[in-house]
Amino acid sequence: MDLVLTKNFDLPDAFSLPVYEGRGGYSSLKKLFSLKPDEVIEEVKKSGLRGRGGAGFSAGMKWGFIPKNSGKETYLCVNADEGEPGTFKDRALLLKDPHRLIEGTIIGSYAIGCHTAYIYIRGEFFREYKILEQALSEAKAKRYLGENILGSGYDLEIYTHRGAGGYICGEETALIESLEGKRGYPRIKPPFPAIQGLFGCPTAVNNVETVCALPYIIEKGAGAYKKMGTEKSSGTKLFSISGPVNQPGVYEVEMGFPLRKFLQEQAGGLRPGKILKGVIPGGSSMPILNAEEVEQVTLDYESMNKFGTFLGSGGVIVIDEDYCLVKALRILARFYAHESCGQCSPCREGTGWVHKILKRIEEGEGKASDLDLLLDISDNMIGQTICVLADSIAMPTKAFITKFRKEFEDHISLKKCPKTIA
Amino acid sequence: MEFTPENKKKVSEILKRYPEGKVGRQAALLPLLRLAQEQFGFVSEEVMTYVASILDIPPAQIYGVATFYTLFNKKPVGKYHLQVCTNLSCCMEGAEETLSHLEKRLCIRSGETTPDGKFTLSEVECLAACGSGPVIQVNEEYHEDLKTTENVDRLLERLK
Repeated sequence: MDLVLTKNFDLPDAFSLPVYEGRGGYSSLKKLFSLKPDEVIEEVKKSGLRGRGGAGFSAGMKWGFIPKNSGKETYLCVNADEGEPGTFKDRALLLKDPHRLIEGTIIGSYAIGCHTAYIYIRGEFFREYKILEQALSEAKAKRYLGENILGSGYDLEIYTHRGAGGYICGEETALIESLEGKRGYPRIKPPFPAIQGLFGCPTAVNNVETVCALPYIIEKGAGAYKKMGTEKSSGTKLFSISGPVNQPGVYEVEMGFPLRKFLQEQAGGLRPGKILKGVIPGGSSMPILNAEEVEQVTLDYESMNKFGTFLGSGGVIVIDEDYCLVKALRILARFYAHESCGQCSPCREGTGWVHKILKRIEEGEGKASDLDLLLDISDNMIGQTICVLADSIAMPTKAFITKFRKEFEDHISLKKCPKTIA
Repeated sequence: MEFTPENKKKVSEILKRYPEGKVGRQAALLPLLRLAQEQFGFVSEEVMTYVASILDIPPAQIYGVATFYTLFNKKPVGKYHLQVCTNLSCCMEGAEETLSHLEKRLCIRSGETTPDGKFTLSEVECLAACGSGPVIQVNEEYHEDLKTTENVDRLLERLK
C-alpha cells in the first residue's frame, strides 16, 4: 500500500516548505497544468475518491455538478471544521502536512475554475491555523499561489477563515452561512452549493482529508489510487482511534481493512484487563457495533452499511466492558443537544429531550417506559430535519438501546449503574 | 472604543479577502469579532455596536451572530481560560476527575471565574484531541494527556 496521506508524518518538520518539496511536494502541479480542468475532474471521478468528511459522496461527481461559464465566480471551501467526537484526523493533517492541503486545494480549485478558495478552519485550532498561515505565505513566496502560478496562466488565492465555535458549521451549507458571517444554520437543499453556494455562487465544499488525497491522484494517476481499497471504496483512509487501547492515534489503512485487525495491529489492542464491549466506527454520529460485529466488519462504506452503520469520518471510539453505556450515550446526547442550531423543532426539542431522559436514567430515576419512549422520539427525529444533526443522535440512540437493551433495563430497575454493584 | 492603528490595518487586510459590497462586509464579521475580542477581552454589546458601525451592518444582526458562537465571550473571562473537554473519549480517560480536581483547586465551579480574575473554568465539547485525552485548552493552547491530578497541578503551577 502506498501512503497517500501520512507519507510525511514521520518527519518532524514536514510542515515547512523545503521539507515538503524534498519529499516531492508540489510536483503534481506540473502535470495538473498540462491537463484541462475537465480532465482533472474525470481523473478524480475515475479514482473513486469519496468525500472523507463523513458523507462519502464521490468527490469528482460533486465537482461535475458545478456549471461551466455561469458568469459568476466559483468557490472552493475546504472544510477544516473538524468537531465530530472521536475524530481527530484532519487536525493531524493540518499540524503535520499543511502543504499537502494547499497543493490539494490548488488542484481542486483548478478543476472547478475557482480563483478564490477559503479554508474554513475550526476556531479552536489556533496552532493549526498558525501553521497553515505560515505554509500559505511560504507557498505564495514560491509562486505556488497568486497570479499566473508557475507560468500556467492560472491565478489562485487561498484564504483561511476561522470558525468561532459551533459543530454544525462542519455541515457544508452551515459552513457557507458561517463564512458569509451569519449564524451557522444549515440551508435547505436544493439548491445545492454547486449551483448556489458561497455568496450565491457555484461552490464546492470538500473535507481536508479528501483534498489531501488529490496530489497523489494527479501525480500517480487514478489507477494507482483505485488499485487500493475495495471496488466501491477505493484508496486509503485515515482512522483516528481513541478509548482504552494501547496506541490511540491516527492511522492510514487501505479501505476494506478488517476492523478487528486494525484494533490489534494499529491500535496495539485493548489495554491489559480490558474486554471489548463495542465500537463506534466513524465518529459519534454512527451507530455502535457490538463486539461480535467488530469481528466481522471491514473498514469500508459497504461493509459498514451491511451492519447498519457508516464509515463516517473514521473516528473510531472503542468502549470496553467496564464503561457504562447509559453514561456514554448521555454524553453524546448532551453534545448534540448543545450543538443543535435550533432551526428545526424535531432536532431542537428532540436532542434535548433525549438528553434529559438519559440523564434521568443515569441518575437512577429512569422509568420502564423510557426506552421505548427514546426509540419513539428517535424515530420522529430521523429524516425530519434540514440537516442530519438530529439523525446523528437518533441513530446511535436506537443502536445503543437495540443492541445493549439489557444494560439500559438494569440501570432503570436497579436505579443505579449495574457497574457500581460489586 | 476603537481598534488600535495596528488592528485597523488588520481590518483592511481582512476586508480584502472577501468580495466588495455588503456580502463581503458581512463575511468579515467573524474575523472582526475575533479581532475585537483579542483587543477588548470580550465581546460586549458596546464591542458589537462598534463592529456594526465599521461593517455598516445593523447591530441587532451582529448580536444574533455573536450569540450563536461559543468562542465569543459575552462576559469577561480570566487571564487563563481553562476549557476542559468532557466528551466521550476524554471522559473515558478521566476528564470528569480532571474537571472536579480543577474545581477543588481553584475553589470555583465550572462556568465561574476566580475572584482574582486569574482563572475561568469551562466545560467544552470535543476538541478533536481524542487520542490524547483528557485535554484542556488554555486560552488558545492545547494541553493534552492530563490523565493524573499531578499533571493538572503541574499545568496550574506553570500558569501561576
